[in-house]
Amino acid sequence: MTIDARHHSPAGGLDVQPAVALRVAGLRVWYERRQVLDGIELAIPDKRITALIGPSGSGKSSLLRCLNRLNDEIAGFRMEGQVLLGEVDVAAGGTDVQELRRRVGMVFQRPNPFPLSVHDNVAYGLRLLGLRRGAELERRVEAALHAAGLWDEVADRLDGSALELSFGQQQRLVIARAIAVEPEVLLLDEPASALDPAATLHLEELLRTLAQRYTLVLVTHNMQQAARMADYAAFLDAGRIVEFGATDSLFTNPRERLTEDFITGRHR
Amino acid sequence: MDRLHLSQHISRRFGSEVEDLRREVLAMGGLVEEQLDAALAALARGAAIDAREIDARERRINAAELAIDEQCVLVIARRQPAASDLRLVLAILKMLNELERIGDEAKRIARIGERLVGQPSASDLETGMHALGTLALAMLHDALDAFVRLDEAPALATMHRDAEVDATWRRLQAMLIERMRETPDAIPAELDRLWCARSFERIGDHCKNLCESVLYIVHGKDVRHSGLAKPARA
Repeated sequence: MTIDARHHSPAGGLDVQPAVALRVAGLRVWYERRQVLDGIELAIPDKRITALIGPSGSGKSSLLRCLNRLNDEIAGFRMEGQVLLGEVDVAAGGTDVQELRRRVGMVFQRPNPFPLSVHDNVAYGLRLLGLRRGAELERRVEAALHAAGLWDEVADRLDGSALELSFGQQQRLVIARAIAVEPEVLLLDEPASALDPAATLHLEELLRTLAQRYTLVLVTHNMQQAARMADYAAFLDAGRIVEFGATDSLFTNPRERLTEDFITGRHR
Repeated sequence: MDRLHLSQHISRRFGSEVEDLRREVLAMGGLVEEQLDAALAALARGAAIDAREIDARERRINAAELAIDEQCVLVIARRQPAASDLRLVLAILKMLNELERIGDEAKRIARIGERLVGQPSASDLETGMHALGTLALAMLHDALDAFVRLDEAPALATMHRDAEVDATWRRLQAMLIERMRETPDAIPAELDRLWCARSFERIGDHCKNLCESVLYIVHGKDVRHSGLAKPARA
C-alpha cells in the first residue's frame, strides 16, 4: 500500500471551505497580440487573504488588475471569460466601473496619497459617493483611520498634508481611503515593497486584522511574506495557474515541481 | 544522487550548505554504525574492548550532533527554507536525535560486553543475541541507505523489519527469564544480557524513526503513528 493511500492527516483532513468572494472562470487576457493570461480558473475565498505568487511576467498583476478592471485603459487590452463578484460579472461590458471600484479597492506598490490633507484623502471616496460633510462623514473618516491603525498617529494632524507622513503611514492612509467606502475586496499589489522591515510588519498586522472584514488579494514577490500572511496562495507561471491551495501545504509540500522550484529558489 | 535537486538552487551557496548538511549527517551515521559494530563484536567475541576507542567515538558522535544542529539553525535563520528544503532541515534535526541515541545504546552494549567477558552463557542465548544485534545493525545500515537514496521503498522495507526485531527481542527475553529461573547464579550476567537485548530493541525503534524522517522528506507527510510501520497484511 502506498503512503498516499494509507496516510491520514492528524486533523482528519477536514477543512471547512469558506464562501467564495470572487470567482474567475475561463479568463484569458491579451495586450495587443501577446496573451498574458490563459484559462484562469480561481475561486477566491471570502474574508481570507489569497496571495498570487509567481515570477515576473507570470501574469499575477494582470490578473489582480482584471479583478477591478484597472487594465481597461491600457491600449490593446482585451479579455475573455468571467470575473464574478457575487452575481455581477466584473468583466461584462455594462458593468458600473465606479461602483465596482468601490466594492473592490486597490492598494499599489508605492503609496499614492492625493496631495491633500490626511482628512481629505480619507474623505475623498465618501464625498464622491455623495457624503459631502457633517457628522456622518467625520465618523466614517475616523472609523477608517482607526481600522487602518493610523488614528493615534494622525489624530492631531488631520489637516496636515498627507505627503508629510512616513511611507509606512502613507500606505496605511491609502488603505484607510480604500476601506472608508466599505469595499468587499481589497487588492494589494506588492503593498510592502517600498516599506522598511518595521513598517512592513505593521502593515502585515493591519492586513491580518482587515481580513476579518474584507477579502484580500495580495500580489507579492516576497515568499516569506506570502507564507506569513496568506491563507491561500496561487502560483502563476506563464499566464496559467500552476497550483492553488492552502498556504500551509503549498509552502511545505507543493504538489507541482514548478511550484517547488519557484518557492525554493531553484533553476528551472 | 540528487533527488532533492540540491545542485539546482539559484543560490549555489545555499545548495552547498544543504548538501553539506546531508553529507555531515551521513558521516555521523557512519560513526554510529561503527560504534554499533564495535559493540556487537565485543559481545560476540567475549573479548575485552578498547574502552578508549568507544569513548573517543562517542565524543565524535556528540560533537557531530552539536555541529550539525547548529548548522541547521543557521540555515533556517539565513535562508528561511521552504518545501523540500524545509522538510530536509527539519527531518535532519530529528534524525540527529535518533542517531545520537543509537550511539548511546551502542556504548551501553559495549560496556556490558566488557562486563560479560568470561561469563559464558547458553549457546542458544548467544545465537539469539547475535541475531538480534545483527538485525539492529542491518536496520541502521538500511535506514542510512534510504536517507542517501531518499527513496520510499527501502525506507518502508526497513521500517517493517522492526517487527522482526521486536519478535526476536521477545523470544530472547523469555529465554533469558527462563535461564535465570533455572540458574539463579547466572542472574547478574543474564540481567546484563537482558539490558543488551533491550538496547538492540530500542535501536530498532530509533531506526524506524529515521525511516519516518526519510518518508517525511520524500512525501511531506508525517507518518508517525499512522500504522505504516506494520507490514501490510497479505
